[in-house]
Amino acid sequence: MIHAAFLIPILPLAGFAVLFSLGRRLGNPLAGWLATAMVAASFVVTVIVFVALFQQAPAHREFTQSWFTWFGAGRLRVGAGILVDPLSMTMAAFITGVSSLIHLYSIGYMKHDEQFPKFFTYLNLFVFAMLMLVLADNFVLSFFGWEGVGVCSYFLIAFWFERDEAASAGKKAMIFNRIGDAGFLVALFLIFERTGSFEYTTVFSRLGHVGTPSLVAIALLLFLGAVGKSAQIPLFPWLADAMAGPTPVSALIHAATMVTAGVYLMCRINPILHLTPDAAHVIAWVGAVTAFVGATSACAQNDIKKVLAYSTVSQLGYMFLAAGSGAYVAAIFLMLTHAFYKALLFLGSGSVIHAMDEDQDIKNMGGLARLMPITGVTFLIGWFSIAGVPPFSGFWSKGDVLQNAWAVTPALWVIGAVSALLTAYYMGREYFLVFLGERRWTEARPVADGHGKELGHGLHPHDPSWHMSLPLVVLATLAALGGFIDLPFHPNLVFLERWLDPVVGPSLLQTHFSVGQEWLFSVVDAVIAVTGVLVAASVWRASSSRPALEPRFLFMAWFVDRGEDRLVARTSTALANFTATVVESRIVDGAVNGVADLTRWSGERLRRIQSGYVRNYALGLVAGLVVLVAYVLVRVGS
Amino acid sequence: MTASAFGPILTAGITGGQQAFPFLTALVLVPAGAAVLVMLLPRSATWAIRAAGMAATLAVLGIAAAVLDQFQAGFGGYQMVSEHPWIAPLGISWTLGVDGISLFLVLMSAVLFPVALAGATARENPKSFTAWVLFLEAACLGSFLSIDVLLFFLFFEATLVPVYFLIAGWGHERRGYAATKFFLYTFAASAFMLVGIVSLVFIHQGQTGVTTFDIRELASTHLSGTADIVLFLSFTAAFAVKAPVFPFHTWSPDAYGESPAAGSVLLAGVMAKLGTYGIIRFDLGLFPHAVVVLAPLLLTLGVVGIIYGGIVAAVQHDLKRLVAYSSLAHLGFIVVGLFALTGESLSGAVLQMVNHGIYTAALFLLIAMIYRRRGTFAIPKLKGLQSSAPVLAAVFTVVMLASIGVPGLNGFVGEFLILSGTFLTHRWWAVAATGGVVVAAAYFLWAYQRVFHGKAEPVTGEAPFAEMTWREALVLAPLVVLIVALGVYPQPVLERITPSVDALVLHVEQAAHPRIPLAGQPVSGTLAARTSTAYSSSVTLQLGTGGERVPATRATGRETKGART
Repeated sequence: MIHAAFLIPILPLAGFAVLFSLGRRLGNPLAGWLATAMVAASFVVTVIVFVALFQQAPAHREFTQSWFTWFGAGRLRVGAGILVDPLSMTMAAFITGVSSLIHLYSIGYMKHDEQFPKFFTYLNLFVFAMLMLVLADNFVLSFFGWEGVGVCSYFLIAFWFERDEAASAGKKAMIFNRIGDAGFLVALFLIFERTGSFEYTTVFSRLGHVGTPSLVAIALLLFLGAVGKSAQIPLFPWLADAMAGPTPVSALIHAATMVTAGVYLMCRINPILHLTPDAAHVIAWVGAVTAFVGATSACAQNDIKKVLAYSTVSQLGYMFLAAGSGAYVAAIFLMLTHAFYKALLFLGSGSVIHAMDEDQDIKNMGGLARLMPITGVTFLIGWFSIAGVPPFSGFWSKGDVLQNAWAVTPALWVIGAVSALLTAYYMGREYFLVFLGERRWTEARPVADGHGKELGHGLHPHDPSWHMSLPLVVLATLAALGGFIDLPFHPNLVFLERWLDPVVGPSLLQTHFSVGQEWLFSVVDAVIAVTGVLVAASVWRASSSRPALEPRFLFMAWFVDRGEDRLVARTSTALANFTATVVESRIVDGAVNGVADLTRWSGERLRRIQSGYVRNYALGLVAGLVVLVAYVLVRVGS
Repeated sequence: MTASAFGPILTAGITGGQQAFPFLTALVLVPAGAAVLVMLLPRSATWAIRAAGMAATLAVLGIAAAVLDQFQAGFGGYQMVSEHPWIAPLGISWTLGVDGISLFLVLMSAVLFPVALAGATARENPKSFTAWVLFLEAACLGSFLSIDVLLFFLFFEATLVPVYFLIAGWGHERRGYAATKFFLYTFAASAFMLVGIVSLVFIHQGQTGVTTFDIRELASTHLSGTADIVLFLSFTAAFAVKAPVFPFHTWSPDAYGESPAAGSVLLAGVMAKLGTYGIIRFDLGLFPHAVVVLAPLLLTLGVVGIIYGGIVAAVQHDLKRLVAYSSLAHLGFIVVGLFALTGESLSGAVLQMVNHGIYTAALFLLIAMIYRRRGTFAIPKLKGLQSSAPVLAAVFTVVMLASIGVPGLNGFVGEFLILSGTFLTHRWWAVAATGGVVVAAAYFLWAYQRVFHGKAEPVTGEAPFAEMTWREALVLAPLVVLIVALGVYPQPVLERITPSVDALVLHVEQAAHPRIPLAGQPVSGTLAARTSTAYSSSVTLQLGTGGERVPATRATGRETKGART
């Protein structure tokens, strides 16, 4: 059954092809159902392949399926084919699973949108590209998926393209990603130069001949790609802007799947990182600092989705912290659980935004839990999960990350622990402001101008239709229980770790901490989480404004965005203007026109003696020149 | 025909004797004859003129398809050679041939001419317009097919005349200035090449006693260092202006910008390739030693063109000028690929010439569609077009993404091969050129946002921006299909390009480093003219099917430095 693996990406691609050609005819909601069915079918195939792979002996859980030669010249060959192994199947399973739920949710969420079929066309294309990214058996095909998801992200952020901020955000996301992609590309060139191949298995088998400096360069250049795609310092501002896209897009692309591609890449190249501890340290530190910056920034946001966006930045930082610490299982574990609870939180916020008729300011909300019980309860589960309250999933996955960070250096643990406290706090702030406390909205409130929605009806917040509620419930279940796929305390309980072992090798931790120490870590994590929850409760239960706790520099996310805009965007625009107006017009083209003017001027002078046509004169000149130079050259040449 | 540099390949039974039908000669004569025929038609017979133009260009496409069908993959030399003495005392002959390097340029031209005629024909005086376009097609195809250097030069120069009249006759406001500048600039540069050709033939005659303009024979001329460099520069002057290569590009924004749509399509799509094709065919073929010596200079100009073109494109207000500068950047990639002198980069460069022709032609056609509806190329005057023309916007997006180099579309494969090949021999140039990838995304997406995104602001008395018509869609369809097909599965094309490129790489390597022994004859098949990669511990010298590695002293020198491991 493993041979059916090719269907996993092909099904969403087929969905895209049908929707692309017939989407408008299928219309609303049929187009949505078709897209959902294709992704769900892909999920079913994934599960089948997953099980088939599981039935193999652990040492034989690696299959390559070559499709065709994509391109080749000289000694370079790039194939199109997929690699089926525990890592790629884990990724494919959660991508297709979460995507199916979000597709279903979108049928309800996008119900009134004029571009309904187009939305699902992009969504299916995205799933195809994402699956190619994780299933590819070589770096270049992964890069195809990598760029493909970037392009889909661009389309979907700028989906409501008539809004200027959406259009700008889409462009910004693509450009920030491209900066990272340049690093990715150079890494590919270096990999080819050093190993003569792009295939993962071949490249990894030849690492012994590559040499440490090149390995460090490859690791850091690929990490640069990951920094762009996964919104790490300093390339994270695009992710906050990307919230201008429809909320299901934020859930799927900018929380659960695409932004984790960088983490996947780091796990995939674990044989390289294993040989380059220095590069791994860089990754861990960038991750830790990003986790902190993201968490602090999330504390001062007022847009319900921007809190979640900075939270995602922060959580991705944790994943890189784990990968850089050599804890690839922890990184994947957190990626999975994060996909569950962050998708849940985004979809929940989507329900809230619908209920508030497109208003996203949490300062204008409050008291919604009673009116929207399903959303309220599932959001609460999401909060406890991300906060790391036991026994919700985040408790286990984040605990795993922090423990590994300590094993590298306690300083990383401290940053991670502080960020964990902030995580429990900022999500608590959001929960209290949105769902509890007094209502800061009125039913007759004039309705904010959304994106061409019907205006003017009053607010009657209620839980959404079943398309939207069902995914919330399923994701909440996964967020609550997802931690049990990898429990500490006993070697028999680390299911995920044993599953991924053939790809990423055994965890370094098994010998590092005793069971008692693991219990100690767990208790400390639990105390941190509960403290964050309680602090949030005490501060935000009764008030909706605490300026001292929402400083401007956090609201502006440490001014990174503005700083980069001033420093890079404006200087480069000025430089471009200077180049175009001065260098190009005056100097390069000026020289050309200068020669022309000189010719005309001398022509005027010579006219008195020549009195003939200029073209005759030029012809004579050319002919004379030809003979003269030819003569000289013959002499030189012979 | 006597012995020649590529002789062994050619005589190895590829052509299968004389062709039953002179395909290549027909490729040149059919459009030329059609041009004459159109001239003879009465001015008022618009329909007949258009039909004749369309029929002739489609016939050329058919012949080109037949050439592709007859072309035998796996051979590096010229195929289907048709040779007729012309001015025998001077050794000038009508010698046409096709190899992997010219094959797809011919095909691309054969596609673009009917597309240009169908998509952007002139309303005024269609008779002369059609005749000039057909004449241009004959000249372009003749250039790509000539094996005789003088014949090439004549075709190469002959392209100037129709383009001059196309710009001057059907262009926009500043057409006079643009046409004159284009003509004088490129004509003056070509004069250098003529000097070079004559000198080379004299030198060759002095050495062998034979007067010939056949490139296969001239390739074996022994040139002193100085003569080699000077002749290389004289040829390169013509090609660098034609391509254009920075800093000889300033005619192109004016010419592209002021041309009628068909002129821009053909200038950027086909004629720019005459420059880069000239480099690969004549510079690399005739002056390999000078190429190796001066490669760093040309690589630098290429890289500067990539970055500079991108930067200047970013602040253009005119869509056509923006594409002109983006073309400068893309041709920079091609130049880099040519002078990096690896099998990967050269194959990538040849493929990229074809790719660039396709997506740039599509871009100019799309811009012409915008102009037809709004009467302007000015970006600030356009806004929110996507609302009322989603299909046009979608096609524009696909073409733009191809141009940016998104994998899955055609631009990526060429760029990737160029850059990864260049990285092997000229690492830092490749790294700098990769920066162009970021710049390209920035200027194109920004322009797209300003033109297509946002809310359209209706002007009173102006009709809403109309969606793409069926006819327009039909014109663009072949280009879009090619963009996707060459992005997903370019391998059949590359398989036909690489043998010729590998033979050329070997030719350059041998000329530049004569101490590499010749193993019988240049062989077809995969051949990387270098030994790279630290993993191959020993330097092997193998030709043919086995190891597929040939050492290059250039590479090994750098290799020892790189292998710090």
